[in-house]
Amino acid sequence: MEKHSQRPEPKNLNSVWRFLRRCLFSVLSFGPMPKHIAFIMDGNRRYAKKMQIKEGSGHNVGFTSLVSSLQYCYEMGVKYVTVYAFSIDNFKRKPEEVGSLMHLMKEKIDQLLEEESIVHKFGLKLNFWGSLDLLPEPIRSAAEKAMVHTANNTGPVLSICVAYTSTNEILRAINKSCARFEDKTGEGSDPANSILVTDLEENLDSASCSEPDIVIRTSGETRLSNFLLWQSTFSHLQSPNLFWPEFSLRHLIWSILEYQKVYPYLEARRKLCQES
Amino acid sequence: MLSYSSLQLTSPFNHRQTLLSSAPRRGITSNDSYASVLPCRPRASPSLISSLPPVARSLPENSPAATLVDEAEQGAALSLPSPLRRELLPSHVAIIMDGNSRWARARGLPSSLGHEAGYRALKKVVEHSHKWGIRGLTVFAFSTENWRRPKVEVDFLMMLFERVLKEDILELTKDGVRICLIGDSTELPKSLQNLSKEIIEATKNNTKLDLSVAISYSGRRDITQACKSIAEKVKHGLVEPEDITESLVAQELETNRILEFPYPDLLIRTSGELRLSNFLLWQSAYSELFFTDTYWPDFKEANYVEALASYQTRQRRFGQRI
Repeated sequence: MEKHSQRPEPKNLNSVWRFLRRCLFSVLSFGPMPKHIAFIMDGNRRYAKKMQIKEGSGHNVGFTSLVSSLQYCYEMGVKYVTVYAFSIDNFKRKPEEVGSLMHLMKEKIDQLLEEESIVHKFGLKLNFWGSLDLLPEPIRSAAEKAMVHTANNTGPVLSICVAYTSTNEILRAINKSCARFEDKTGEGSDPANSILVTDLEENLDSASCSEPDIVIRTSGETRLSNFLLWQSTFSHLQSPNLFWPEFSLRHLIWSILEYQKVYPYLEARRKLCQES
Repeated sequence: MLSYSSLQLTSPFNHRQTLLSSAPRRGITSNDSYASVLPCRPRASPSLISSLPPVARSLPENSPAATLVDEAEQGAALSLPSPLRRELLPSHVAIIMDGNSRWARARGLPSSLGHEAGYRALKKVVEHSHKWGIRGLTVFAFSTENWRRPKVEVDFLMMLFERVLKEDILELTKDGVRICLIGDSTELPKSLQNLSKEIIEATKNNTKLDLSVAISYSGRRDITQACKSIAEKVKHGLVEPEDITESLVAQELETNRILEFPYPDLLIRTSGELRLSNFLLWQSAYSELFFTDTYWPDFKEANYVEALASYQTRQRRFGQRI
């Protein structure tokens, strides 16, 4: 007998799913779309505990969730995505955990540069924000190599905050501003007139990116934990009550719908608040 | 753990769903020293304060004033509403008092009445904070962006600030409230500038509650003025460039110079807006955020208790594992 109904191959299912997503994103784009979304990927370890899997596996599942979310963001036309991967404060955790996170980071950075990765698919430009000199040499080299490798890409931008805190970022901007001020002046000019808000902004790690429209922190915690304090001052803050590995397309769509609801008011306030 | 379904019409950012947990509160409490995780000036721990310029004011033991403070603290503990626990209260609460104009518009009233109602709400919150033993309260009264509002509204607000400072100064002094102003005072009317100086001088020795009012304030400008101050010190050889640290930056911020607890443990914003709007950017790095849909004039004791109760359930980790 003929097999008149064969199972569709996974490739075909992926195509159908991609088509459906494209339709969904087209509908979504009738409203204002964010240009920059920032994620605080919180809850990997608690997810592992909840699912009763090995503790480090939560971070692996979290990475998968990150790649999916990036794919959806870039398919929707989001130009900039920033993620909080590792804070300077996290160095205070147990050495075994820090070591395993460093190892995971190296592995994932290398994976991002592979042929089949999302970086090549979308022509991503990679940024690593933070005090990279605090990282062990293999990870620092991998990060620098990734930035050099993607420097000429013209696609969307993925900024990964590692060894990062916002206060440290602002401190480095202050150091640069003070150094430039000294270079500029040599003979007695007044810092009060020479250093402006824009000077600090130009010296932040994020100078080449627009400010985030949305900052999403998972796991239900409502705090910024020293992430993009300067840049997120007018961002729409969201705190869905689920762990990062559980963050999926429907949560991202909900997040954008929430943003679109308040967009007219946000945009009016933002125009009013442009600082000279 | 709550997750939102596609049918949920309320915002995922819904603090009313963050229920009081019956589990014991874990994590680093607000009374613990978190100097090792914060980049800036710590609170309360003697071993850490010794390495930094002394800022905290302390009363001599067995002094009549110290006895009064102890009695007042005991009294404060007794007057706490039931879900609140004295040892879990934040030391410093910051509030973005948003929604006065929308409150008035919803009632068909001019915005000036909204601001008047907002002032009454503020008085109540100061009273509750004082009664419950919260030591620091910072309120965002007027931002640098607010100068772009209609002139009529701005003039009214300046007059309101002057009026309330004149009317309530005696009551605040009697209650031991120390008033501080942060923000660019050079943009304020001269009369308000002079009055502010008088108020600050008159209340400088009060110790019960530090009430800091942010008028013409911008978090970015606060950080920029800290940068300018540091550049000035480097220019005059008072500081070497390699000695510019996060602690030094923090010391130059407006809040550090005048407040005993410069970093808010809890930051409340009313009116449903989910953003910080350039308020205490550096200082709120680790603050717990609480957003409520209530407009500021409608913010009553129950709302304040809800915010404080929510704070009590938070697990503050400062990047570490508990």
